[in-house]
Amino acid sequence: MILTPFFLAAGGSLGKWIAKLHETFIENERYKMMFEGFRNTLVITLGALVIGVTIGMLIAVVKYLAEDVPGLKPFAWVCDLYVKIIRGIPMVVLLLIFYYIIFALAKDGVPVAIVAFGINSGAYMAELIRSGINAVDAGQMEAGRSLGMSRIQAMRVVVFPQAIRYILPAIGNELIALLKETSVAGYVAVMDVTRAGNLIRNNSFDAVNPLMLVAIIYLVLVLLLTWLLGKLERRLKTGDKR
Amino acid sequence: MISVKNLQKDFGGVKVLKGLSTEIEKGDVICVIGPSGSGKSTFLRCLNMLEKPTGGKIIFEGDDLTDKKVDLDRHRQKMGMVFQQFNLFPHMTVMKNLIVAPMMLKKIPEEQAKAKAMELLGRVGLVDRADSYPNQLSGGQKQRVAIVRALCMEPDVMLFDEPTSALDPEMVGEVLDVMKKLAAAGMTMVVVTHEMGFAREVSNRVLFLDDGVILEEGTPGEIFDHPRNERLQSFLAKVL
Repeated sequence: MILTPFFLAAGGSLGKWIAKLHETFIENERYKMMFEGFRNTLVITLGALVIGVTIGMLIAVVKYLAEDVPGLKPFAWVCDLYVKIIRGIPMVVLLLIFYYIIFALAKDGVPVAIVAFGINSGAYMAELIRSGINAVDAGQMEAGRSLGMSRIQAMRVVVFPQAIRYILPAIGNELIALLKETSVAGYVAVMDVTRAGNLIRNNSFDAVNPLMLVAIIYLVLVLLLTWLLGKLERRLKTGDKR
Repeated sequence: MISVKNLQKDFGGVKVLKGLSTEIEKGDVICVIGPSGSGKSTFLRCLNMLEKPTGGKIIFEGDDLTDKKVDLDRHRQKMGMVFQQFNLFPHMTVMKNLIVAPMMLKKIPEEQAKAKAMELLGRVGLVDRADSYPNQLSGGQKQRVAIVRALCMEPDVMLFDEPTSALDPEMVGEVLDVMKKLAAAGMTMVVVTHEMGFAREVSNRVLFLDDGVILEEGTPGEIFDHPRNERLQSFLAKVL
């Protein structure tokens, strides 16, 4: 009996909440900002992932080969410098430099953000791909070479297919970090999820709902990625015939 | 087939090989014995340049392998190697382990490579394991597969780096049997080993290495029954 008014009250506040949501998100079609932000966050994250993995792979292979080929030493040195510089600069600062100095003429911030986040990610990818390659027993490369394979051939068919078991989960973790890091894209006027939420907060005078929604979107995306990663890792384990 | 001339190797200032010279002729079965740390494995690994010598020459079939301009990969195809730790490729089936190099490097068609691999697997009694992965094999089986993998490249010489040292005692025999058959078939072999029985029975020449030099070299009879060098005598007293 005592519970009845509570339910009524809850129903009442639920109704109020829905009205508030309508006011915050539907009026002036503010939800459209959120859609655009969601799309941009995904585009920047995936674009940066592709660039990052490509750069990381290139650097890892150059540095690995340079251990044996003296001609590659200067390239390895350049790679080291790149990794050191990038890892020493905060992402936001890097993004501002790319937008206001290097691509000062760019009208759209999204491609600039993709490049900036990709170049940043590449430095971290390089290190984790390299440690994956180094985790494979040195005897594997020797066995390949002893059969007459070149360093690159042995890398391709012997070492790398084994290193991938260590590398993929690490790339997944980097992807999660990257996704969350893109929340600073708003610094260069890119409409990502975070900036969309913040703009809606500003326009609607409702701070709670837009910011909670932003947080929930990131959380759900991260949980989704984590779940996919777990599946991947289990698959790599069962495929492990060692 | 292989002439080793004044071979030297330093590891960060430590002289491991201090000038070895020897000749390996076609059909030779040479066992390299000596105490641990004497440089046996380093010597063997220098023969196919897995270790880069710091001095001296390795002349293989007329070409100096220490020459920077020589195509090492092409020469290594002719020098099979068997490792103490097998080093099979764990992500490939036995069959794939055997055919990957011949198909990639010698452009042998898959069917032909497989037929050859099956024939060689038959000779070591492992036809039924062609579709297994290395982790499903015993140590002795792994090492027999590793020998077959090297043989699939049809090498002119086989290098064995302590091939039975990582095996359980009951599996040593099956690997040595395969090596004996190989020797009987006329394969040129250089074997670093602690199996004195094998060295005495199968080899035609034994090298005794100690402290980075060949202290004594001769037929198994000379080495085992009439050792001249004092250190060889005391080594044999400990291991026989």
